[in-house]
Amino acid sequence: AKYRTVDEEFFEELEEILISADVGVNTVMELIDELKMEVKRQNIKDSSRMKEVISQKLVEIYYGDDEEEIEELQLNEDGLSVILFVGVNGVGKTTTIGKMAQRLKDQGKNVVLAAGDTFRAGAIEQLEIWGQRVNVPVIKHSEGSDPAAVIYDGIQSAKSKGADVLLCDTAGRLQNKVNLMNELSKVKRVIEREIPGAPHESLLVLDATTGQNALSQAKTFSESTNVSGIVLTKLDGTAKGGIVMAIRNELDIPVKYVGLGEKVTDLQAFDAHAFVYGLFADMLEEQEEQSS
Amino acid sequence: MAFEGLADRLQNTFQKIKGKGKVTEADVKEMTREVRLALLEADVNFKVVKDFIKRIKERAVGQEVMQSLTPGQQVIKVVKEELTDLMGGEQSKIAVANRPPTVIMMVGLQGAGKTTTTGKLANHLRKQHNRNPLLVAADVYRPAAINQLETLGKQLDMPVFSKGTEANPVDIANEAIQQAKDNHNDYVIIDTAGRLHVDEHLMDELQQIRQNVQPNETFLVVDAMTGQDAVNVAETFNEQLDVTGVVLTKLDGDTRGGAALSIKAVTDKPIKFAGMGEKLDQLEPFYPDRMAQRILGM
Ligand SMILES: Nc1nc2c(ncn2[C@@H]2O[C@H](COP(=O)(O)OP(=O)(O)OP(=O)(O)O)[C@@H](O)[C@H]2O)c(=O)[nH]1
Ligand SMILES: Nc1nc2c(ncn2[C@@H]2O[C@H](COP(=O)(O)OP(=O)(O)OP(=O)(O)O)[C@@H](O)[C@H]2O)c(=O)[nH]1
Ligand SMILES: [K+]
Ligand SMILES: [Mg+2]
Ligand SMILES: [Mg+2]
Repeated sequence: AKYRTVDEEFFEELEEILISADVGVNTVMELIDELKMEVKRQNIKDSSRMKEVISQKLVEIYYGDDEEEIEELQLNEDGLSVILFVGVNGVGKTTTIGKMAQRLKDQGKNVVLAAGDTFRAGAIEQLEIWGQRVNVPVIKHSEGSDPAAVIYDGIQSAKSKGADVLLCDTAGRLQNKVNLMNELSKVKRVIEREIPGAPHESLLVLDATTGQNALSQAKTFSESTNVSGIVLTKLDGTAKGGIVMAIRNELDIPVKYVGLGEKVTDLQAFDAHAFVYGLFADMLEEQEEQSS
Repeated sequence: MAFEGLADRLQNTFQKIKGKGKVTEADVKEMTREVRLALLEADVNFKVVKDFIKRIKERAVGQEVMQSLTPGQQVIKVVKEELTDLMGGEQSKIAVANRPPTVIMMVGLQGAGKTTTTGKLANHLRKQHNRNPLLVAADVYRPAAINQLETLGKQLDMPVFSKGTEANPVDIANEAIQQAKDNHNDYVIIDTAGRLHVDEHLMDELQQIRQNVQPNETFLVVDAMTGQDAVNVAETFNEQLDVTGVVLTKLDGDTRGGAALSIKAVTDKPIKFAGMGEKLDQLEPFYPDRMAQRILGM
């Protein structure tokens, strides 16, 4: 195959591809500068090796100084583990809980769900349907009740059942709503008080179609719930979710899972290599088709 | 916040250029670079930004600026004018059918805010226009979607048409219209399931509903936090369903909402309403000029 030359035009196109993947203009410009140096250093003339070079740089940005490692859930091996799900409205929290429950069950764990969204119309019923689908108990109060009280009950009930994992749903909220963020801190405090070391994970659910605002989401939710990982949903569409690069880079929060649809099986562990490749693959694949 | 300093930077650049008796090519270059960054950081689509910057550059070195007595101020005016233009002029109204009921179809990606907006719109029609809407639960896929709409109907004390999750959405829509006629509901608002624009099967379902009920309005509901992908989504929904208007939700957040600009640019369909919260009275008419300022962070 013939490859195009790696010139100014190549980098311009790469810049556009990455920006259109929501990576964020600052991160993209830094990356392009570094890539230009790399190309010079290695004396690369055509694009045949660029796939590898770009991938490597992106993975480097993603992992920073950390070792590359698969980020698993940090669960309490003997006793109850609590996982708190947080995020803005409509990103996929409740659905992810359904999928995650199945995943944990498949690993032989006993799972309980807590219906901590007492606000949105139909939220409790939605979680109950997921509970029925994957056949796990759902602890709930009535609509409009105190979410912290539901979670408290969830913990007591999970403990008395000898369950392994409690998955806590919460209502979607925009991060600039101070009172709602305080409500979330309260939920977290209740969990901390009931079980030392809990919540074992606070997962921020992010919609892959989200643009630069996701960074603000990650910052503010971290302040109130000390986010330990991200679930990047709706990656089955055309959005690439590139903003998680900046989130990892600036806030050091790793992506743990990706959502790839609405079915119970549509949850996968995050694979950084596959992910970064997806950010720019369109560009290089197009070229290969054109040049072959 | 995500956009710290953005407005300041832009203001700085404008400040520098403002008092100038002569605007050089370098001035224009520096200013357009800042504007480009501001727009990209606000999630305006990069293609839209490219075209926009090109137009600004052309006008900035043109006669209106060069021959002006205050060229610096003139350039800034050009930027604001072009942006407001791109965002669209006046607010537009909601359609009224010659023969009732007027049919409104709500479409969009998963989680955008369709069901909530269905309730808000019904509330708006009753409060502002003294109408008597029927809500239609045509989402048979999402767990408890019908329950969600029924709960909203109860809160509003308005009728909700549903046939459970086994029925076909096309049949649901057809029967709902008949019921609206029988019961003298003058508006019918159909809540459809969220779907990806690339899901052929489900997009086809929407086309079938549309052919059957011939909606007077098809509202594309879009989350204001959407990034660069907004153009793909809006273009595809518009191509396949000939959208008549857009509702931008979750504008009560701190997103700049550049998606609004991209959608307007690629579809040329008006943004009719803004969702400003989760409650049923938090729907507002959309103001293009305010949105333009928000996007630039001014
Ligand atoms: N295509 C796709 N849709 C998804 C995915 N995850 C969730 N959804 C859909 O997104 C919509 C919103 O999902 P929910 O789970 O209700 O989101 P949530 O964050 O709990 O929403 P709120 O509680 O209202 O804040 C639903 O229609 C889901 O079926 C995914 O990975 N891919
Ligand atoms: N803050 C805020 N939240 C909103 C707004 N509009 C909708 N929401 C919330 O966004 C979430 C999703 O809204 P839904 O109405 O369920 O969205 P949908 O498009 O019907 O979702 P699917 O049917 O799953 O595709 C809910 O938590 C709503 O309360 C808004 O304008 N502001
Ligand atoms: K969304
Ligand atoms: Mg939910
Ligand atoms: Mg809905």
